[in-house]
Parts: sequence; C-alpha cells; structure tokens
Amino acid sequence: METLREIRRRIRSVQHLAQMTRAMEAVSASKVQKAQAAVLATRPYAYRAWEVIVNLSSGRGIPLHPLLTLREPVRSVLIVVFTSDRGLCGAYNHNVVRTATDYAHRLEVPVRYVAVGKRGRNILWRLRAPLIAQFSGLPAVPRLTDITPIARLAMDEFLAGRSDEVLLVYTDFIHLLRQRPVVKRLLPLHPTRLDEQVVSEYVVDLQPARVADYIYEPSPEALLDVVLPRFTELQVYQAALEAAASEHAARRAAMRNATDNAEELLRDLTILRNKARQHAITRELLDIAGGAEALGQRREAAG
Amino acid sequence: MGFRLEVVTPEKQLFSGDVDAVLAPGAEGQLGILPRHAPLMSILTEGELVARRGEEELSFAIYGGFIQVLPDRVIVLADVGERADEVDAEQAERARREAEALLQKEPSPALRAEALMALRKAQLRLRVAQRHRPRRPAGEAS
Repeated sequence: METLREIRRRIRSVQHLAQMTRAMEAVSASKVQKAQAAVLATRPYAYRAWEVIVNLSSGRGIPLHPLLTLREPVRSVLIVVFTSDRGLCGAYNHNVVRTATDYAHRLEVPVRYVAVGKRGRNILWRLRAPLIAQFSGLPAVPRLTDITPIARLAMDEFLAGRSDEVLLVYTDFIHLLRQRPVVKRLLPLHPTRLDEQVVSEYVVDLQPARVADYIYEPSPEALLDVVLPRFTELQVYQAALEAAASEHAARRAAMRNATDNAEELLRDLTILRNKARQHAITRELLDIAGGAEALGQRREAAG
Repeated sequence: MGFRLEVVTPEKQLFSGDVDAVLAPGAEGQLGILPRHAPLMSILTEGELVARRGEEELSFAIYGGFIQVLPDRVIVLADVGERADEVDAEQAERARREAEALLQKEPSPALRAEALMALRKAQLRLRVAQRHRPRRPAGEAS
C-alpha cells in the first residue's frame, strides 16, 4: 500500500489538474461566445452583398463573371479544410479531416488540399494527401484580415484553371453540445444555388429589390469585380468563425470530461488516503499499546 | 424627408438609421446623395463617408467598398470601415509619424509603397476623428 505522504501528493497534483481543466473549460466557453457573436455580425453584410450580386448578375446583357461560371465537366477540385492549431479538443480535428477525405474519395477527379490549422496539416501529411498550402497561427477568434490570404489563394487557383471547384470543409457550430462537419461550395458562386454555399445559413428569404434602371458606376462588370472577391472572402471568414466556435466548444467538452474524471479520481484517492491514515493510526496505537504492555511486564518482573 | 442609410462591413454593422443626405467617396468622384436620388450602384474608394441628419454630421472612415442607392434607402458595403467615434486619434497620429519617419529614410520601393499607404490611412483616420470632436453649437452647418 502507498504511504500516506505519497497519496497526499497525488491528491494535490490531481487537484491542480482539475483546477486547470476547469479554467480551460471556462475560457473555451467564453471563446465560443465571441466566435458566435462575430459570425452573427457578418449577417447584415452577407445579406446586402448577396442582394447586390443577385441584382447584378440577373441583369440582361451582362456577360457572366468568371467567379460565377460553372465548369462542366469538373476535372479537379480544391478542398480547404479548417482545423485547429492546438489539440485537447477531442475528435474535433479527426472528424473534420475524415469528412473531407471521405468526400474526396467519392469524387472521381483529382483532389488537392489546403490545410488551415496545424493539426489538419499533420493529419493530411500523414495520409500523404496532396497538400498545396497550409495556414496556421490564426487567432482564437479570427478577423477578416486573417483569412484574406486563404480566400486569395482559393480564387487564384480557381481563376487560373488549376481547380474547377473549390470546397470548404469545416465544422458547423450548432450549439454548445453539438457540432457537425460540413462540405460547402465556395467557388464557383451560383446565384440560383444558394443552399450549397456557406452563406446560406445567414441569408434566408432573400427578395432582392427589383429596380429596373440602375446607374452603374463605372460598369456592372467592374462592380462584380469588386463585390465577388469580397463575398468570397466573407464566406471563408464565416467558415473560419464557425470552425473556431466549434473548436472551442469541442475543447470545452473535452475539458469538462477531464474535470469530471479528475473529480472522480479525487474521490477515490480521498477514500484511499483516509484508509491509509486510519491504518497508520491503528499501527501507532498498536505500537503504544505494545510498548506499554512490555513496560508493564518488565515492572512486574522487577517487582 | 430623409431616407434610410445602412453602413455595413463584413465584421459588423456600423450604422443603420434615417438621414437627410450622404456624401460618399465614389470611385469616379464624390457622390452626393439626397432624397429621391436615381437608383445607383457604384464602387467606393477609400475616403470619408459623411451622413447628415438635421444639424448633426456622422462621419465614417471607409477603405474601399460599394454603394447601392435604392428609392427608399442607401446601403454602403465597406470592405473595412470605422465610425468616427471609434477612431483612436492617438494611435492614428502615431501611425502617421511612423509612416512619415519611414519615408524620410528613403526606403526601398516596396517599403515606400507600404509607408505611403499607411500614411494615407492614418491621415484619413485623423481627418475623420477631427470631425468627430465636439462641434461648436448653434447653426454651423446648415
């Protein structure tokens, strides 16, 4: 049996551990809220920007913008996977990467990957998946400027013709206890197939204001040139925020489990400690009693 | 009779409310928008967006974007934007001095372009912040 001192040391260390996991749980919970608030704040812009795109692209006589053009057949696909930089978040990263690779296996064309987050990069690396770029070091709640390079890369690949379709795979935040990996299309944008896009969660019931004669400055094409890249960035941004909210929620859940386990361990250890202490007391009492007995016997013998 | 103005960036809504007039930095020159303006869509460059509501002037620093004028409302989609009361004037002043100091040292072309951009941005923010300072009361702007 372990000595009392050893058990006490273990109790202290488990207590410290529980304190840490409890703190991380609280921190993660607050980050979930921040990411959620940020993603909700994109809603007005998403709605208005989409309205503008629908308005512009429904005008007659305007040639279709390259970012809006569907390509048939699709010969190669680029998948952007959103994962975390850090672990301690359960199966979060594995789930989202598996969703991406499963989807890729079902496609019958070559797929290349862009990894966002160190964990995803490492997993894809081990799977020997063709990785063309990786982004890491995003803050806990990313800002638009943090993800602009990701969107740029996606648009460059698409416009250069190296990929005929760009997909985003990220973990959709449903609520604190539920997150689900999803596959959404980023490019090409298609005004009539909104439901396949990231933005569909934030733009519902869109009825663009029908105005017959707009003055376009400088021209509808130039306007689309400005709006479409912004809108693409916005969708990547929304995906990154959803992923961030989900990551923190997953970490919160993992830390909650760890705290529960630590508490259970503490209960067991406390019982063990009490037993050991009782045992030590009994032994000491026996010693004393034994000693007294011996002394008494000696006195009898002397007297 | 006014109209509704909405100023939004991808990160948040900067403003939503009724105003009497809007002055926006259009790509092809300043755009003045009064009620009953013809429907218009235009690119915005970086500059100051000013909205007037009675005697009050609201000012925003806008770094590029897009404006949509509809019969009953005006929507500004700014790539990046700040409301005048959010601008940190001290920080903008620091940024301006840093950019100026960098330009003094005859930097490489790439660095120079970057410094010029930082300088322009800082000047815009300072201009907007200036406007936000408490104004003299009684009918200065009409």
